[in-house]
Amino acid sequence: MKAESAPTRERPKILPSNPGKIGESRPRADGVPKVRGEFEYSSDLRVDGMLWGATLRSPHPHANIWSIDTAEAEDMPGVYSVLTHEDVPGRKVYGMEVPDQPVLAWEHVRYEGEPIAVVAADHPETARRALEKIAVDYEILDPITDPAEALREDTPKLHLSGNVLKEVHIKHGDVEATADVVVSGEYEVGMQDQAFLGPESGMAVPDGRGGVDLFISTQWLHIDRDQIAESLDLPPEDVRLTLSGVGGAFGGREDLSMQIHSCMLALDAGRPVKMMYNREESFYGHVHRHPCKMEYEHGADREGNLVYVKARLVFDGGAYASSSNAVCLNAGTFACGPYDVPNARIDSYMLYTNNPPCGAMRGFGAVQVCFAHETQMDKLANKLGMNPVELRLKNAMKPGDKFPFGQTVPEPAPVAEILERVENMPMPEEEEIIGRDLRRLPGGVSNVTRGEGVKRGVGYAVGYKNIGFSAGFDDYSTASIALSVEDGEPIIYVHTAAAEVGQGGVTLQAQISRTELGVENVAVLPADTRIGSAGSTSASRQSYVTGGAVKMACEAVRGKVFERVREEFGDEFGGELSMEDGSVLAGNRRIVALAELLENGGIEETVVYRHKPTYPLDENGQGDAHFQFAFAAHRAVVEVDEELGLVRVVEIATAQDVGKIMNPQSLEGQIQGGVAQGLGLALLEEIQMKDGKVQNASFTDYLLPTILDMPPVRMEVLELADPDSPYGLKGVGEPPTISSTPAIVAALRDATGRELNRVPVKPEQLAGIEGEPIRRAPQPGSRGPVADDLGSEA
Amino acid sequence: MKLECKVNGENREADGVREGESLLYILRERLDLPGSKNACEQGECGSCSVYMDGMLVCSCLVLAGQAEGREIVTVEGLADENELHPVQKSFIEAGAVQCGFCTPGLIVATHDLLERNAKPSDVEIREALAGNLCRCTGYEKILDAVKLAAAKNGNGA
Ligand code: FES
Ligand code: FES
Repeated sequence: MKAESAPTRERPKILPSNPGKIGESRPRADGVPKVRGEFEYSSDLRVDGMLWGATLRSPHPHANIWSIDTAEAEDMPGVYSVLTHEDVPGRKVYGMEVPDQPVLAWEHVRYEGEPIAVVAADHPETARRALEKIAVDYEILDPITDPAEALREDTPKLHLSGNVLKEVHIKHGDVEATADVVVSGEYEVGMQDQAFLGPESGMAVPDGRGGVDLFISTQWLHIDRDQIAESLDLPPEDVRLTLSGVGGAFGGREDLSMQIHSCMLALDAGRPVKMMYNREESFYGHVHRHPCKMEYEHGADREGNLVYVKARLVFDGGAYASSSNAVCLNAGTFACGPYDVPNARIDSYMLYTNNPPCGAMRGFGAVQVCFAHETQMDKLANKLGMNPVELRLKNAMKPGDKFPFGQTVPEPAPVAEILERVENMPMPEEEEIIGRDLRRLPGGVSNVTRGEGVKRGVGYAVGYKNIGFSAGFDDYSTASIALSVEDGEPIIYVHTAAAEVGQGGVTLQAQISRTELGVENVAVLPADTRIGSAGSTSASRQSYVTGGAVKMACEAVRGKVFERVREEFGDEFGGELSMEDGSVLAGNRRIVALAELLENGGIEETVVYRHKPTYPLDENGQGDAHFQFAFAAHRAVVEVDEELGLVRVVEIATAQDVGKIMNPQSLEGQIQGGVAQGLGLALLEEIQMKDGKVQNASFTDYLLPTILDMPPVRMEVLELADPDSPYGLKGVGEPPTISSTPAIVAALRDATGRELNRVPVKPEQLAGIEGEPIRRAPQPGSRGPVADDLGSEA
Repeated sequence: MKLECKVNGENREADGVREGESLLYILRERLDLPGSKNACEQGECGSCSVYMDGMLVCSCLVLAGQAEGREIVTVEGLADENELHPVQKSFIEAGAVQCGFCTPGLIVATHDLLERNAKPSDVEIREALAGNLCRCTGYEKILDAVKLAAAKNGNGA
């Protein structure tokens, strides 16, 4: 690797901490700056003389562009650079899996909000006004907004490759199997937003030699770097990225947003350029969770043993590919749920439309199908007259079974165990409804009743998902560990490119190093592209893969330490060598302090860690596609005001297998936070689309769970070691989001008896007043209903 | 225009302020106090919470001109150099910080709550913090942090 020159900007100082060992709850090293307001997020970056970038976006979801005139904008005082597709020096498109998304649009726009031009100016307001001076001549086209329409042969093609972005077909056992008891249904999941709080932002600094440094919040520095370098037509080493403070991610920062734009502007203007989206622009600036329509049929014998599952899944991929391929694959492979299903036929389609591009969000393909398969299991239980947990237990997959995609279910796969655990956890206390503090009623103080119509319901669900990148992807991480002596004390420097997005990866890396090398002071260096890739902070994979890399690098360092000990002290110790409390021990005997051993030079090792390989699916959707699976089960207790359609989630109980608890406090935080996002999808969160246009691009109209909406989470955590993973750990970030949604909806059904086949569940569905209001002729003297108000759904 | 106000105990002034700039923008971009955050800039998330003349406000909703001559306290002004405020300590100890983007606003809002109500009940905490969005934690540890801070205050810490 060619040595990379230092970024031109001063790095934030690194605070060494004493992280404790794995298995301990330790406060985050970045906690102090965060509570003081001193932690530097990408939106906080500034240097003297920097310019502000802004992006012109298409107001139309589908249009031809006949011309773009930037002359007037260029002439504005305070404007330093105005760029369009003509100014993209290298590849004019980007994309993680399929490079199909224009850096800046030419000829066509395919979704509302697609970037067309970028501007750099001396004040953000000047930049925004300059955008208004850019004249774009559009020919507006009808948008294709329904994936089912996009799938039809006679629909115009949005991309040269056609409208089908990806299809996965899984044939397992006898696809024509029949059964005595059959249930079917159609289910739908709305478009959820990651809604991380820190807006897309970053600062590009030209190095004066044609290269650029970018300080950025992202999930994966190297894949950003490679895409930026391609589009800038620069060698990768001339594009250096440093992770800036990241205000949450949840999948929404996997794709590029302002990265290439800010670098182009900075290189053109010869000045540092900062870009920062506001909340509205953020809704247009990142991908969302795929909306999905699902048709399911389950067949079982009269005892409740599953005979077959048939499913047809249609995902709306939106205008560009993003990570849709992987979502389509995941959904297909997990469509049957964590059950032993002897026969299955799954058809999973991903379509291009003129809706916003959809991509990664926590749970990634597993979330959508879990809502459907768990609803189906409840339906089946109902038809059989069986307890729904018993039905699930009866069909729970076990190690040694075959997944519908042909892989053998590995140890551990405690589906039955986690279900039994959630069923047996104590129930929250029943609290008298009438006379209760209003704030504890569904809807809180906005509940206009006294709770007469409130009913309680309970629901269960279980789900699972792969950890890490699958289907043959070369999924690795790089870590460097330097052990040295400073001020007479040993200290470990950990360097990786793994993005800390809030999950606590920096703490974990320090804990692993502390555990492996027995040294108290550990400093985790800022993540940047000076070291090799760590892969993405997504798919719940960093604890496993970067954790594995850090562990392996520590082992390499330890090997070198022991070598030195042997060189200096011979190898007759009468006991195994180990490292503890800053010393090397043989058995219990202290051989030498590290401070002494490393006096004349430290030890540094850089390693690349890979998990075991995975393989793509064959034409029947069969193959060893995944390397680890994580399972969680949820029980939800809700109260529903049937008359008002208001909900209070009383409690979520969950059991999850994590292999090994690395840091109890941060694990709990992942579970609680993941459940909150599942609750959001069940009850509140949806990007509402109309004719390809987003209707609610703000936190006023896109509803996130608040502290009033979130109940306590009762949890039991299992530690069944995965024999292949570092410390036996399993990824933990996503499972809490997968089955919490269907558990809540099951509880709503239990309370109301209604079908509820779509999430988020709206109040009108719960109160049974769904559908269009009845159109009546206006009464004499009234202005009558405004036609448009009547037609649109709330 | 020129703006003068007192921020975290110091007289500060900003020159060349444009109409339309918010107090949040002034703090972050002109006074070098980026601790107050900008998650929505429309009064929905609470990440920009500060005190203005002792009142908790969303600084994104305060026009710069409205802050003229006022006294502002931001998250940066709650503790001195060396010692964290008990609310800040409690957020770290309780694990209420993940990405931390909501944290400064929550710290200020919690500070305000405990000034008004030293021993808030769960419902009172939830009500008081309902204007502060957090996307990472699911709020449970934030609730724990507030209770921990209240307990610390009670012990004279
Ligand atoms: S930034 Fe002020 S309330 Fe969200
Ligand atoms: S900790 Fe990330 S938003 Fe609250």
